[in-house]
Amino acid sequence: MYVAVKGGEKAIENAHQRLAERRRGDRAQPELSVVQIEQQMPFAVARVMTEGSICDPTLAALAIKQAGGDLVEAIFLLRAYRTTLSRFCSSLPLDTTAMQVNRRISAIYKDLPGGQRLGPTFDYSHRLLDFSLMAAADDSWAQGPAPVGADEARAEAADPETLSRVLQILEREDLIVTEQDDGAAPADITRDPPSFPCNRSARLQSLVRGDEGFLLALGYSTQRGYGRNHPFAGEIRVGEVEVLIAPEELGFAVSIGDIEVTECELVNGFTHGADEDARFTRGYGLTFGYAERKAMSMALVDRALQADDYDEERSSPAQQEEFVLAHCDNVEAAGFVSHLKLPHYVDFQSELELLRKLRTAGAPQEIPA
Amino acid sequence: MQNPTPRQHWMSILARAPRAQLCALYRPEPDTEFELIRAPETGLTQVRARSGGTGAQFNLGDMTLTRCVVRSPAGHLGYAFVAGRDRQQARLAAELDALLQESARQTQLLSDIIEPLARQQSAARSARDAEADSTKVDFFTLVRGED
Repeated sequence: MYVAVKGGEKAIENAHQRLAERRRGDRAQPELSVVQIEQQMPFAVARVMTEGSICDPTLAALAIKQAGGDLVEAIFLLRAYRTTLSRFCSSLPLDTTAMQVNRRISAIYKDLPGGQRLGPTFDYSHRLLDFSLMAAADDSWAQGPAPVGADEARAEAADPETLSRVLQILEREDLIVTEQDDGAAPADITRDPPSFPCNRSARLQSLVRGDEGFLLALGYSTQRGYGRNHPFAGEIRVGEVEVLIAPEELGFAVSIGDIEVTECELVNGFTHGADEDARFTRGYGLTFGYAERKAMSMALVDRALQADDYDEERSSPAQQEEFVLAHCDNVEAAGFVSHLKLPHYVDFQSELELLRKLRTAGAPQEIPA
Repeated sequence: MQNPTPRQHWMSILARAPRAQLCALYRPEPDTEFELIRAPETGLTQVRARSGGTGAQFNLGDMTLTRCVVRSPAGHLGYAFVAGRDRQQARLAAELDALLQESARQTQLLSDIIEPLARQQSAARSARDAEADSTKVDFFTLVRGED
C-alpha cells in the first residue's frame, strides 16, 4: 500500500535558513568571498574541478563556498551545473610535453635534462602547525625576503626550454611499453555509461572523476601487496598547458587559453609476453589544477586495472575493474548512501511485522534471505 | 601552438586577455556598427588528453568556454572562442578579430593592441618560469675516501 504523505514544508524552509546561517558562521566575522577561496584554497579548488569535471576555478570556488567547505557536496553542485551547459565541442588532445612546468620531479633519474624543479610543495615542510598564520592580517609575504637565487633564475629563464618526458629515456632504449595511439575516438562515460570490461579511455575518464580518498586507498592497497605492481614515480609535473579547439566554422585550430594540470607517470614492474623482451609497464594520472596525490593514486589504479593486458591474475580489489569503476564516483556513492535518509516507514513496518510473527509463532526462526 | 598564422596568433592573444585589459586598449569608434551573428554564449568544451601523454586519447573533463561571432561594417566575420565565462571579453575579442582582418587597420591594431598584450603575457610567462627555476635542485656529491 502506498500512502502519500505531505507536510514539513515549514520545517524544510527553516532548515534551509539554519543551513545558510551555519555556513555564514558568526556575523561578527567578515564573509568569505569566492575570489578569496579561489586564490587561497587552490588545492580544494583543484579537487572540486577534477572530480566535478569542469575546469573553471571560479565556479569551483563558488561551489566550495555554497557547500560550506564540504568538498563532496561542492563536487555534486558542479556536476549538477555541468548538465545545464551545452557542450560546444571537444578540444584537440592536450600536449603535456609542451607544458609550462611549475613543478617537475622524477624519482628514477637524479640528473635529467631540465633538472628537478620542486615548485610549491608540501613535501619538505614540517607538519607543525604554523601559528603565525593565525595573525589577523597576514601580509608578511609582501615584506618577506625574495627567494634565494630568484634573480639569477629570472635572468636564466629568458629562453625557457621544453622539458622532454622522462619516460622517453626508457622508450628510446625499448625498456618500457610504449603508449600506442590507435586513433580511436575516446569513450565518453558522460554520454554512454561504461559497460564492463571497458576500454582504457573510459577507465581513465572514470578515474579522473573518481573520489580521491577511494583511489588513494586502492592505490595504497596495491603497495601493501593487494595487486602489487612495483611502482616508481617516473615523472610528476604540474603546470600550464594550452587548450586548442578546431571549430568547424573556422576550419583551423584556435587556442582558447591555458589550464593548470597535474600529470603523473609511473614506471611499474616489468613483464614480458610469450616471445617478447621484458619491459617496464606504466600507469598514468592526470587532473585539473594542482592535485598531486590524486594524480598518483589514479596512476596506481590505472596500472592495477591493466591486469588482463599482462596476463596477471585479478586477485585484489584494485584490479577488479567493475568494482573500482562502479564505486569510485563520490556523487553516485553519496547519493545512494544518502537515500537511506528518505522515508522507509512502510518498508520498515513490513520488516517489523515479519520479525514479530517469527517471534510469536514459536516455530524455528528461519531468517528470510 | 606551433607556427601559428597571424590570425591564430592574435586570436590566441585575445583569448588570454582579461576583459579589463581589452577595455583599456580597445575603444570602438562610435560609427562602427557590428552585426551580432552569434550572441556571446557560454558552454563547455570537452578537454581531451592522451594516456601516457602521447598515447590514445581520453576525455579528461569539461571546461567552460564562451563564443561569439560578429560582422564588421567592412563585412568581415570576427570569431572569439575564449576560456571561461566572460561574455563581454568574448564580444570584444570577436570585434577585434573582425577589425584585424581589414588590411587597412591591421598594422595599427597589431601595434596598439595585440603587441602590448603579447608582451604582457610573455612577461607573465617568464616570471612564472623564473619562479619555477628558483626551485631547481642543484645536487652535489660528498667526496669520500682517499683519492
